Amino acid sequence: MSKRGASGTRFVFRLYIAGDAPHSAQAVANFKLICEKYLQDCHQVEVIDVLKDPLSALKDGVLVTPTLIKVSPAPPTKIIGDLSQTTKVIWALGLGEMKHE
Amino acid sequence: MAMNKRKRIDEIAGVEKAPTGIVGFDSIIGGGLPRGRTTLVLGGTGAGKTVFSLQVLVGGMRQHGEPGMCVSMEEDVQQMIVNTAGFGWDLPGLIRERKFFVIDARMGPGIVKAGAFDLTGLLAEIKAHADKIGARRIVFDSLDSLLTLLDDPKAERQELYRLRDWLAENNLTGIINVHSEAGLVPFPRYGFLQSMVDCVVVLDNRMVGDHFSRILRIVKCRGRRFLGNEFPMLIDSGGIQIAVGPQKSDYAVSSKRVSTGIGRLDDMLRGGYYRGSSVLITGAPGSAKSTLVGAFLEAACRRGERALYVGFDEAVGAILRNLASVAVKLEPYMKSGLLRVHAVRAEDQRAEQHFAKIAALLREQKPQCLGIDPISALLQSGPVQVAVRITKHLLDLAKVEQITVVCTSLLEGINVQSEATPIQVSTIADTWIHLSFAIHAGERNRALTVIKSRGTGHSNQVRELVLSDEGISLADVYSSGGEVLMGTLRWEKEIADELERLCARTEMERRRRELELAEAEAASHAELSTRELKARRAELALLQREQELLEKRWTEDPKQRLKVRSGNKPTPTDVPSTTRYTAAALEAVHSARRHDPKRSRK
Repeated sequence: MSKRGASGTRFVFRLYIAGDAPHSAQAVANFKLICEKYLQDCHQVEVIDVLKDPLSALKDGVLVTPTLIKVSPAPPTKIIGDLSQTTKVIWALGLGEMKHE
Repeated sequence: MAMNKRKRIDEIAGVEKAPTGIVGFDSIIGGGLPRGRTTLVLGGTGAGKTVFSLQVLVGGMRQHGEPGMCVSMEEDVQQMIVNTAGFGWDLPGLIRERKFFVIDARMGPGIVKAGAFDLTGLLAEIKAHADKIGARRIVFDSLDSLLTLLDDPKAERQELYRLRDWLAENNLTGIINVHSEAGLVPFPRYGFLQSMVDCVVVLDNRMVGDHFSRILRIVKCRGRRFLGNEFPMLIDSGGIQIAVGPQKSDYAVSSKRVSTGIGRLDDMLRGGYYRGSSVLITGAPGSAKSTLVGAFLEAACRRGERALYVGFDEAVGAILRNLASVAVKLEPYMKSGLLRVHAVRAEDQRAEQHFAKIAALLREQKPQCLGIDPISALLQSGPVQVAVRITKHLLDLAKVEQITVVCTSLLEGINVQSEATPIQVSTIADTWIHLSFAIHAGERNRALTVIKSRGTGHSNQVRELVLSDEGISLADVYSSGGEVLMGTLRWEKEIADELERLCARTEMERRRRELELAEAEAASHAELSTRELKARRAELALLQREQELLEKRWTEDPKQRLKVRSGNKPTPTDVPSTTRYTAAALEAVHSARRHDPKRSRK
């Protein structure tokens, strides 16, 4: 599921999901669309299944699923939910500005 | 369907209990929280939700070896440790022993919500940690931030059901804290919450009049008989306590008596108070209520029993001094430890705090006799209904422990038959003694009446309570012409009675002496007669002898004369001999007369 930019990676994400729970599946699909639209070839995503690795999720302060964490660039950002509210996600990640560049 | 099945199983097997270890709580909920089920704790800010739920965890860890977990959504571990440090739970120690684990589940302010989410992940994380320490109890403190984040009634409901079912699947005893300022009024938003969970506990802190009051109430507990009343709750150095008496009524009842400390009062009650009973002494200020309590406790200590004196009115020194003035000396027993005096101002603490303190003292001192003076002071330490409830709990507690309690209550009115002390002890108490002032003939005297005494006969007489340096006593009151005499009038009557007795005694004495004299006279008459009799007998004997002699002479004389006349001179004994015998007889008679006392006096 992970997407990697070929070069000049600027964005690193961790997406925590809970198996194939509906909200989690939705989040994966939604984030895929956002990345294709806004972060073509400049992002890196690690999808972690909390059901398989619950302890590392807690270390990351992840409580609910799905949770998307922007690890870099700083500041780290935490977005919860199935990412269906695209505008909110873009605003939170500061991608709106980038699109204008 | 699933619910029905569960209910049926509950009915068959009974829901297992998870004792909380919170003093008083387990007894009102029938043993403990439902094990493997969800309990919802509702309450406003500062109502004690966090303390309550953590205490259930600590109770599980310390008393039942059940590790616990807290999913803390409001404070981190450090804050939790600091905030609960005063309760002596030693959370750091429990964490080190791997009996306790805190999941810091604070959402943080920077979080962005962009769509629907669920708790699947969180529950998986919790499960992983619960498995690591073998947790049996788990607290969610509190779910509010999460519910706010969900921001959708449907989603809320779905996630709460998810949480509940997850707890049940994993056989975890769960406590969910939810903030609710609504207090005890219905919670429209959380209505479903209450119906969803197995047990609902409501905590409330509120002002009743100008009294702050903490209340705990169990709204529901499936498959269990519980007490649904509001119970006074307190948070002190041991955490939460519910001020509730023992919930059993099958305590042992004794028919043994215990002295009141005043001999004649014992008589009035046919031998004293029943052991383990509760005694109420009412009366106006200054009517010597405290003195009766002191006398009772002193008598207890003299018998070697342990005693506790709870005084709400005065300092320890004042209590001791005042009682010493009527020869009730408690100080030696205080020193020996038989007696403990707990003096505290009623208004300084709330009624439930007083209750907790007295309950703790009962555990420490283990008294057989308890005095509370005055129990009506509890009215100054909380709302009336709380004070009344606390009083009842206290007396119940004493009853179960077989402690004889003598408590006093201020009763201003003279009309005892209004039958209601403000604190309503009169209905609970087994024995009720009323002290009043009788004002008559310019005096104020103390009168004692036994109004009721369950299970024993008692005197219907009013007695006068007399206090002096020598001690306490009860005097009979005289009724003359339909009037009760007390004080000086009684004293005068007593003097008059005494005088009357003295007169009667003197008269008897006089008559006895008279009779004695008469008897002595009769006896001496008898003596004289005996002597006279003797003398007469002697006289008679002489006369007899004389007569014999004369007869003999008269028969012999002619021969003698014949012989003499034939040649001899008559002998000198001839004629005068008769004269001589007669003289001797007379002398004997005279001698007898000389012995006669009457004559000898002359």
